[in-house]
Amino acid sequence: MKVSPLRLAGRVLAWTVYVALGAGIVWGLIALTRMYGPVYFVQAVVDGLKLGFVYALIALGYTMVYGIVRLINFAHGDVFMVGAFTSYFAITKYGWGFVPAILFAMLICTLLNVVIERVAYKPLRQAPRIAALITAIGVSFFLEYFTALKFVFSADYLTYQRPFEVVVWNIKGVLVTNITVIIIIVTTLLMVLLQYVVNRTKMGKAMRATALDKNAARLMGINVDAIISLTFAVGAALAGAAGVLYAIAFPQIWTFMGIMPGLKAFIAAVLGGIGNIPGAFIGSLLMGEIDVLVVSFVPLGSRLRDLFAFLVLIIVFLVKPTGIMGEAQVEKV
Amino acid sequence: MKRVLLAVMAVAMVLSLVLSGCASPTPTPEPTAVPTAEPTVEATAEPTAVVEPTAEPTVAVEPTAVSETSAVPSFPIKIAILAPLSGDVKTFGESTRDGAMMAIEEAQAAGWDIEVVLADSKCDAQEASNAANKVISEDGVHYIIGEVCSSASIPISEIAEAQKVLQISPTSTNPSVTVNEDGSTKQYVFRACFLDPFQGDVMASFALDDLSAKTAAVLYDVGNDYVKGLAEYFKAAFEAKGGTVPVFEAYGEDDTDFSGILGKVAAANPDVLFLPDYYNKVNLIAAQAKEKGITATLLGGDGWDSPDLQLDLVEGGYFSNHYSPADPREVVQNFVSTYTAKYGATPDALATLAYDAAKILLQSIAEAGVDDTTVVAEKMAALQYEGVSGNITYDAQHNPIKAAAIIKVEGGQVVFDKFVAPE
Repeated sequence: MKVSPLRLAGRVLAWTVYVALGAGIVWGLIALTRMYGPVYFVQAVVDGLKLGFVYALIALGYTMVYGIVRLINFAHGDVFMVGAFTSYFAITKYGWGFVPAILFAMLICTLLNVVIERVAYKPLRQAPRIAALITAIGVSFFLEYFTALKFVFSADYLTYQRPFEVVVWNIKGVLVTNITVIIIIVTTLLMVLLQYVVNRTKMGKAMRATALDKNAARLMGINVDAIISLTFAVGAALAGAAGVLYAIAFPQIWTFMGIMPGLKAFIAAVLGGIGNIPGAFIGSLLMGEIDVLVVSFVPLGSRLRDLFAFLVLIIVFLVKPTGIMGEAQVEKV
Repeated sequence: MKRVLLAVMAVAMVLSLVLSGCASPTPTPEPTAVPTAEPTVEATAEPTAVVEPTAEPTVAVEPTAVSETSAVPSFPIKIAILAPLSGDVKTFGESTRDGAMMAIEEAQAAGWDIEVVLADSKCDAQEASNAANKVISEDGVHYIIGEVCSSASIPISEIAEAQKVLQISPTSTNPSVTVNEDGSTKQYVFRACFLDPFQGDVMASFALDDLSAKTAAVLYDVGNDYVKGLAEYFKAAFEAKGGTVPVFEAYGEDDTDFSGILGKVAAANPDVLFLPDYYNKVNLIAAQAKEKGITATLLGGDGWDSPDLQLDLVEGGYFSNHYSPADPREVVQNFVSTYTAKYGATPDALATLAYDAAKILLQSIAEAGVDDTTVVAEKMAALQYEGVSGNITYDAQHNPIKAAAIIKVEGGQVVFDKFVAPE
């Protein structure tokens, strides 16, 4: 393999930048830990993990849908909100426990997203991609304002009743709640399940085939429409679960609650490489850490956290648009 | 069939989108009561008053004893009550009217010759201007009680100032009600309620003196003037009196994850944590503070006063309010029982402040002894008045100097703790 000297120089330069960045981050973290003490730092990391695992569930839905139909489903954050509300009603009105409530929320979100896909996106399958994108924004507004009506969810800020008592463990000064543990367990379970479905089942194979080439998949006898619906359904189920976990962690819900977590998860998906499932997971963990560490260590951080999040998006687009794990794609013209 | 269903759903979606377009685009379903409008309203569920516990009440509220001076003026007076008597804040106007009317009727029973002009100013700047012009030029009133909302009180105050008509607003908290744009005080305009930032002062004194706190953390919503005002005044007062504020952090209106800033609070381990936001945010922050192992005493302002405040989360906390249900003073108990008998409901803070506003006005007129608003305004500025909502004197900006009630959350109940006077 022959590499031109110019390209080689470029590579060396790029790697120098990466190594310098990495070293800078590590050095910064060590310095901060010295300044504030390790407990403070570890505590922030644990809190960031909690957030990151919830973002991961949302980001998976973004990334899967994008992988299959090349659509950024901006209504995804609102499906997440619906998940939080359905579990709220299940818990508060019917006294259900955590497990039935989360399953119920996942079911309702699945149905909702399949309906959204059929009504709003399927008729636009052959339309320019921008049409579907704008429709997604419309669906997002529809869900936010429709559910804010009095006879739907109401526009009130509701206090979410946790279906279990909060237990706090003190591990050498670092406080870990059972909420964090439950979030990590549930997310990991769903991730493993998803990985199994996508990589080991026939359905998953069909999904991957559809993602690769829709027309070829159709020629191979795959029901592409059903696979697309299935993808939306799986993404929504994960978002529904995320809604429940998020509401348990931060026990207040209102119909616009999905906007910010939705955007952060979207950034996470882009950061990890949109369309890539492990990438979305890694991107989300990073996003959660950025969110909490900025508040903990940057002066005025509590006001700047969103700025930093969007800065990440811009930097990713500028430096490596394919994200951490994404692969460059040749646009088919 | 499928196609029909699709069409129906599409139509429903479009329709809802159109409908939602009419709604406000900003996600603020919660009454983010900025102090400019609906001042004390947020905090008015229970009757009572705010007063320093003076050993002996000097005045009993009975029809015979209307004012300390006991001099019944020999001349007739005309008073206008401007309040929103229709529209979405109708109940605020009605409470204000009832409270003011009760004081006036007591005076009439004592032999005063008072004519009352009622006008509906709808909590609206234009309506309020019209109403003020009408009562001044057509009815010839010299005294105005009102409005409830600052947005309506400000235009009235401009007319009153120009026409030399004395105005007292029971509940408008915006500073510009009594102060001109150039910073000078409006000679003929007063108010009966304390300003929101005052609560920040009060809680700082309370934390230092009564809770012996040395360090405080303050978390506030940077987008809400009311919350920000309380937070900044608290910090300034707390530091001025020798305390330190190691954590003073802002958050956004829609923030839900407070782990980062609460981590800072936990690391600083302050004696008190001041959360001057409304009850719903307080619930959210208090829940997360518990998980962070924060043991600081929680403090707040009148935004906490709601049945939706989760008392188990803020157990042991204190907040300031305009009044207290447990004020034992005779003047308060008499007011509450008379009002309840008269109107069949316990007086809220609006009624209480309107009653006090009317009493302040009547006492100033009695002290002046003439129907001349310039003299009455002078007397009011120098007034010493013991009312249901507190011992009132006026500062240079015509804002009342009076005590705030401190309410404690104890055993899942809100109980009256004490009064804290300004310094």
